[in-house]
Amino acid sequence: MSAIWIAVLGASLTAFLNKYIGHSVPEKWLNRPVFVRINALVPIVLLSALVGVQTFTDEKEIVIDQRAAGVFVALVALKFKAPFPLVVISAAITSAAVYNWF
Amino acid sequence: MSVNPKKNQVDRTAFSVAFTVGLYGAAFGAAGVTAGFSILQTCLLSILLFSGASQFAVVGIMGAGGAAISAIATATLLGFRNTLYGLQMAPILKVKGIKRVLAAQITIDESTAVATLQDNDEDRKRGFYLTGIGVYVFWNLFTFLGALGASAIGDPSVWGLDAAVPAAFLGLIWPRIKNKVQFLVSGIAIAWALLLTPVTPAGIPIITTVVLAIIFGAKK
Repeated sequence: MSAIWIAVLGASLTAFLNKYIGHSVPEKWLNRPVFVRINALVPIVLLSALVGVQTFTDEKEIVIDQRAAGVFVALVALKFKAPFPLVVISAAITSAAVYNWF
Repeated sequence: MSVNPKKNQVDRTAFSVAFTVGLYGAAFGAAGVTAGFSILQTCLLSILLFSGASQFAVVGIMGAGGAAISAIATATLLGFRNTLYGLQMAPILKVKGIKRVLAAQITIDESTAVATLQDNDEDRKRGFYLTGIGVYVFWNLFTFLGALGASAIGDPSVWGLDAAVPAAFLGLIWPRIKNKVQFLVSGIAIAWALLLTPVTPAGIPIITTVVLAIIFGAKK
């Protein structure tokens, strides 16, 4: 089995366990305040790191290319409260324009 | 169709949330194929894993050359909030057996959010199921269309897909950043990941940012 298949099936299994356990354990086990605070930050750090890596790296190198321009435009779009599809499309158009014409 | 105006309102909210969120599915479908996943593998993530941020993490980390274990660990940590949603929903839904399995599968940000907006348990249940099932249907449909579209394209950079993926992540984080501390933590996480990239195996720069969540979450 390829690594991708292991990732697909393994992550699907743990995702389901996460959901199912929540429906099945006593509430007091998991809702300690410090736990909830840490958990609120978990998606922020992981997704921020992913944005950084996907925007500024190529293999193991730090690079600044068309993607940075696209993501910058997405950031501006979000700042102006643009809807999600517009955020993604404006990033794609900017990045494609820089890639194809510069 | 129901004639109860209150029910109609719940239904409308559920549908508009389901459709809007479902559109993200196209971005995910494209991201999966761009990262080197087959259309089948991409669609299976939406069918089986069914939690947007975790799905993006799996394709993002594998696409960057990370190990399966980093992808699984990152996705699991991202999916832990669904455990907390399950805790909230269980006393309202009161389901057992196969119904609990199905309710668990649709326990995500959106279904829980719509449920908690309602003011009685009957509407909470209705909001939860309609939104959960609605997002499931649209998310999977658009994942397939996005994957199909992206696989028809050769070089993803020509169409800007390489920037569309991090832009989609950014769209997922944006609503979660509500104060200066969270903004600061986000910035530190980016710096941390970039500093580690040249010196650690792919996937490690991302998963290790959890340490930052623990440090900043434990104090105050």
